[in-house]
Amino acid sequence: MTQYLTLEFTAMVTGFALMIIGLWGLLTRKNLIKIVIGFAIFDTGLNISIISMSYLKNRTAPIIDKSIDASNTINLFVDPIPQALVLTSIVIGVGVTALMLAYVLRMFREKKSLDINSYTDLKW
Amino acid sequence: MIKNGLIFLVLVGFTVILSGLLINFHGSEQLNPLAGHYVQNGASEVGAANLVTAVVVTYRGFDTLGEVTILFITAAIVGFFLKARKEDENRERSLRKTSEILSTASTLLVPTIFMLGVYIFMNGHLTPGGGFQGGAVIATGMVMIIMSRPEVKFDHGIIAWIESTSGVGYVIIGVLGIFLAAGFLDNHVLPIGKFGTILSAGVIPLIYVLIGLKVGSELTNIIGSLKETQNEL
Amino acid sequence: MMNMILALSFELIILVLAIIAIHNKSLKIAIIATGVIGLFASVLYLLLAAPDVAMTEASIGSGLTTIIFFYVLNKIRKTND
Repeated sequence: MTQYLTLEFTAMVTGFALMIIGLWGLLTRKNLIKIVIGFAIFDTGLNISIISMSYLKNRTAPIIDKSIDASNTINLFVDPIPQALVLTSIVIGVGVTALMLAYVLRMFREKKSLDINSYTDLKW
Repeated sequence: MIKNGLIFLVLVGFTVILSGLLINFHGSEQLNPLAGHYVQNGASEVGAANLVTAVVVTYRGFDTLGEVTILFITAAIVGFFLKARKEDENRERSLRKTSEILSTASTLLVPTIFMLGVYIFMNGHLTPGGGFQGGAVIATGMVMIIMSRPEVKFDHGIIAWIESTSGVGYVIIGVLGIFLAAGFLDNHVLPIGKFGTILSAGVIPLIYVLIGLKVGSELTNIIGSLKETQNEL
Repeated sequence: MMNMILALSFELIILVLAIIAIHNKSLKIAIIATGVIGLFASVLYLLLAAPDVAMTEASIGSGLTTIIFFYVLNKIRKTND
């Protein structure tokens, strides 16, 4: 039991649960803005699970300062690469969210409705 | 009914895939070899105290260039979709008066927010922070200006000029790396300098200032286009 | 141990807020819940030794995203929710 009660494992469970909740919202909600909210929650969950992969027990953030022994950094620091990837992924996330909301505004201008069921042009 | 069952099946399948990943996950004790190389030699090769910055700007600099391009494309598409029509531009919009507290506080807070943003991206190679965070802080300051003075017209020309100039500058610095240093976006174009001072780590401070200006102007552009499009209903 | 208790409580809050954000009828409450998820996620990143990511999430995930959502909601101006 105690082997599962670690910082990285619980964070990863949280990230996966957020992804499932976001996918549930994405698939079942009828309101267009709710669908975009589901997408944003999915994004946050994905970022949390990637960061939890980079964490190693009892280590600090990869920044060298006076309190760090500069010759022993390989045993002191967590993995910097997933952090760099998630840093850019968050910024792309806000861009994509803004793009989806612009589409929502444009669709609302056509039909004056936020309900996904009123957009039946491509349905057969 | 069939639709609900299909959605349930998709969610259960996704959960099974994720739990398969979760069972095999056990936190490792050692860094993998690539991360070990970056952590061990990052300070001597790049000269940045913040190793995340070293990875973002130098080791994986090409990824960052592509990422800034994606942000530019999304800002351009948002601006294209929400273009205000001609008759809307000329129509006088009735604006609600902003509250006294917000307009007084913004004169004090906006310069401070801009200064914090500039501090964050100037010190990106020494402390946590960098161009993306500083650019977002500057965009937040611009949001405060928009909210406190809704009658101010945005000059999209100046924002577009800042954005394109910093983008071109980023690429020029990258190309200079081919001729003066080891390769594209290498940071040895300028001397490395003394470790831990603000003018160190080669061109990393310069690149992060350019990224900060670019990200800040792109996010401001997205919010400005959202503000200027006409109201529905 | 202290970090563990903090992280567990933050994770619980994040999951409850996510269910509120999807399940609640009101769009305003859903948008604010999404912003607060970003805020608690940034503290979680700090506990996982990633201060750079924490700064990005705090300024972008909980600040700018919420503002953009509210701008769009204001443009649409549905009175019922």
